[in-house]
Amino acid sequence: MTKEYKTITEVSGPLIFLEKTEPVGFGELVNINLPDGTTKRGQVLDTSAETVVVQVFEGTGGLNSESGVVFTGETIKLSVAKDMLGRILSGAGEPLDGGPRIVPDDRIDVNGASMNPYSRMPPEDFIQTGISTIDGTNTLVRGQKLPIFSGSGLPHNEIALQIARQAKVLGSDEPFAVVFAAMGITNEEAQYFMEDFEKTGALERAVVFLNLADDPAVERLITPRMALTAAEYLAYEHDMHVLVILTDITNYCEALRQMGAAREEVPGRRGYPGYMYTDLASLYERAGVIKGKKGSVTQFSILTMPGDDITHPIPDLSGYITEGQIVVSRELHMKGIYPPINVLPSLSRLMNSGIGEGKTRDDHKAVSDQMYALYAEGRDMRGLVAIVGKDALSERDQKVLEFADLFEDRFVRQSRDEDRHIIDDTLRIAWEILSELPESQLARIDNKFIEKYHPAHKAKSE
Amino acid sequence: MEVKGEIYRVAGPVVTITGIKPRMYDVVKVGHEGLMGEVIRIKGDKATVQVYEDTSGIKPGEPVENTGMSLSVELGPGLLESIYDGIQRPLKVLQEQMGDFIQRGVTANGLDRDRKWDFKPTVSSGDSVKGGEVIGIVQETMKIEHKIMVPPNVSGTVADIKSGEFTVEETVCVLEDGTELQMMQKWSVRTPRPVAKKLMPSKPLITGQRILDGLFPVAKGGTAAIPGPFGSGKTVTQQQLAKWSDTDIVVYIGCGERGNEMADVLNEFPELEDPKTGRPLMERTVLIANTSNMPVAAREASVYTGITIAEYYRDMGYDVSLMADSTSRWAESMREISSRLEEMPGEEGYPAYLSARLSEFYERAGAVHSLSGSDGSITVIGAVSPPGGDFSEPVTQNTLRIVKVFWALDAKLSQRRHFPSINWLTSYSLYSKGLSDWFSENVAPDWVDLRDNAMDLLQQESELQEIVQLVGSDALPEDQQLTLEIARMVREYFLQQNAFHPVDTFCPFDKQYKLLKAISKYGEMANAALEAGVPMGDIISVESKDELAKVKFEEDFEPALNVVMTKMDEEFAKLGGK
Repeated sequence: MTKEYKTITEVSGPLIFLEKTEPVGFGELVNINLPDGTTKRGQVLDTSAETVVVQVFEGTGGLNSESGVVFTGETIKLSVAKDMLGRILSGAGEPLDGGPRIVPDDRIDVNGASMNPYSRMPPEDFIQTGISTIDGTNTLVRGQKLPIFSGSGLPHNEIALQIARQAKVLGSDEPFAVVFAAMGITNEEAQYFMEDFEKTGALERAVVFLNLADDPAVERLITPRMALTAAEYLAYEHDMHVLVILTDITNYCEALRQMGAAREEVPGRRGYPGYMYTDLASLYERAGVIKGKKGSVTQFSILTMPGDDITHPIPDLSGYITEGQIVVSRELHMKGIYPPINVLPSLSRLMNSGIGEGKTRDDHKAVSDQMYALYAEGRDMRGLVAIVGKDALSERDQKVLEFADLFEDRFVRQSRDEDRHIIDDTLRIAWEILSELPESQLARIDNKFIEKYHPAHKAKSE
Repeated sequence: MEVKGEIYRVAGPVVTITGIKPRMYDVVKVGHEGLMGEVIRIKGDKATVQVYEDTSGIKPGEPVENTGMSLSVELGPGLLESIYDGIQRPLKVLQEQMGDFIQRGVTANGLDRDRKWDFKPTVSSGDSVKGGEVIGIVQETMKIEHKIMVPPNVSGTVADIKSGEFTVEETVCVLEDGTELQMMQKWSVRTPRPVAKKLMPSKPLITGQRILDGLFPVAKGGTAAIPGPFGSGKTVTQQQLAKWSDTDIVVYIGCGERGNEMADVLNEFPELEDPKTGRPLMERTVLIANTSNMPVAAREASVYTGITIAEYYRDMGYDVSLMADSTSRWAESMREISSRLEEMPGEEGYPAYLSARLSEFYERAGAVHSLSGSDGSITVIGAVSPPGGDFSEPVTQNTLRIVKVFWALDAKLSQRRHFPSINWLTSYSLYSKGLSDWFSENVAPDWVDLRDNAMDLLQQESELQEIVQLVGSDALPEDQQLTLEIARMVREYFLQQNAFHPVDTFCPFDKQYKLLKAISKYGEMANAALEAGVPMGDIISVESKDELAKVKFEEDFEPALNVVMTKMDEEFAKLGGK
């Protein structure tokens, strides 16, 4: 049935152009048989009665006009099964671990349909990551997409791993899985993740997709879609709570730009395609909770900001789609603080729905706001001290300055395997450092919380 | 005899068709599945169509059918309480038809065809009616009376008018020339609905947000922009406005926004109560949700769908407010489609017609004298998401050229948890002066002075802060230290408002006035005391001043304020400053 066309007229970068074919569907998967017997895969980008443009995933090396092109008649699909857990797959979904092929329960279009906003449940289940700067001040909830904005040379991988290890919903033992998609990261980094997964036994409940730095860039555009398809399948068909870790979004965007340039598209900001927002949205938006379904997809992507610049198009567009961001700071890293998360530019938009009475504790929001305000002020004081000296500050301002140091040293800093409990550790530490200030300075905290939780009052009442 | 054409080329959402001769902006059905699209370019025997749905798998040669109509919305009873996507398909119906994920090729009517409405005529046989005139009313929700109007382009003498229960498609009125009128009318979204006369906006939109009402008011029928970098509280501000502003109808367009946020809106709005009527807020609301991962062409259309619905209610004589969150996403959808059409790009890749489109859209706002003879208004509040928080980018700049109110969100303020994080130094409202008379009459005669003083104080503060940065606050003379303290009170006690606090989320004008008056009174007494030689430390540490900070959270605001103010009088009397 399937015809093989030998009508390639042009090969340009990752693209091939064909003439005189039967009608071909947009987005259709294509097999290309090379003269040397190997097969490459590609996807239709543009189709008209005369010309078809195909984007080749594995690079166009070795292709010539003698190569045969077969249109499969279907869009890119991923074979999914519950057995995927514990497997390592390539960026295109083929097994890499030497194990057998996955016997598919279903084959699902990787592009995924958009979720009807009406079917979504607003996320509200608090996920405890055991990291104070996240749990306490930038709380993650189930169904959220919260990326880490980091820079080269910063310990974002360690933070991601610590979260993957420690993340849990308190008082619940519902099935939990991790889907890990590597896009263009180095073999070394991939090893680091794999070893940690194996060591901690996390691999059993993980599906890993690897597209490494030397794999074709075009394949990178498919990898996260494969991963999210697997995640959605596990979440909505097998009622699992899935944490998806995508690393590194920057490499993905570079691949997108590369493809745009190859297609000779009109470039947008810094050469990235004008549709990058929509494209990123089609990844990030695949997180969420559906009414009436037990599972959920939570996304934790890693994004290295080129030149630590948060206004660069990649972090910028991401920030407009994701529900907040965790910003890793070079300054804190240099001070030797781990995890070097700067809470000021960090944000979790869904925090308010995940905290408070019955979820964490009633004073959580007030305490977090108070710490934010004081820390912001304290950092400003540091600038001032550099000019006028500490003695020129009023007594109150000196206290605020000290608070900023305490905050970094006690609240932010923790060890790599320290799994802090939200109430017993994170909020306790918060109150301890807040109590260094006079009560009258805690204007953002309701008196009733001060009476209930302030160490001085607590000591009195006990 | 229907003429069918066929697809010539498919490249993402842009499809080229051949074989039929559609008009510009006609809606066509593309492919076997009948995907909806709109003609955006005609060249020779080919026409380019932007398709509102995903085009994967669509092949050249598949059939194309012209509906002969431009992209239109259905207007009639049943719009309120609805939740639509960008092309007026009710999301609830889509969910019933195809489950939790939006599949393509599904059509759904904007208005329910089966539901019957109780139509009460207001004209009788023999009356002559012209376009826009009201011929009957329907109680759409408890508080909103839906006025059935003659379509703007129709007029004549009533031959027969009915009364009773009808669906939106049944004829309720026949004119002498045989024209049958139904409760539903269709209107092309890209054409503004006609009005008798545009009026100057003269009343403020009361939002219950202190910084907005107090310092930077917007008029009913005005236009405002909220630009801000991500995470600066744009969406919360928009939602606060949708919840609390004193308009009859709210149209909320989630244009290219986050799905989870939309879900939050969809979940929360039906449960919220309208502070004026005590009825669910949804009963006066139309929601349009086109999230960022839904098709880009439908995102482009969503803004027009929204404003057309707003115009329809305005024509009935209602005050409508329309929130578009975010117009940047809308502009980006134009850019995306433009680049697929290989048009010559303007600034930053945006099409050269960006500015024209934006001004056309904002011009559809305004206070009007409608064809039905009553006055209505549309207030448009557009959120802008400037990349990197850079206000010099094209969308922000082109928007600022048009709108009269600018609420500049500031990421620095939100990092300090100063909410709403609207910068009081860079924001402006061109309506402040024009609305002064209204404020003097309806709030208090000295309101305008109070407000101007507060603004002046904040301005002084920012100048003094520069000095403090250099020499520290102790080096300032005492009266200037006091100014700083009072300015801080204005910022923290008055401007800061907690959207999530049950009481503080909405602040009536009377309370705003009393709160600002109280701060101002402290200022007067403190300055007098200082002149009388009371030490600065004593003035600043009066207890009632700190208590004033928490008064705004009290359910019984007035008594609480009175207690604090009485205490303040006593304390100052003790200091001997009076």
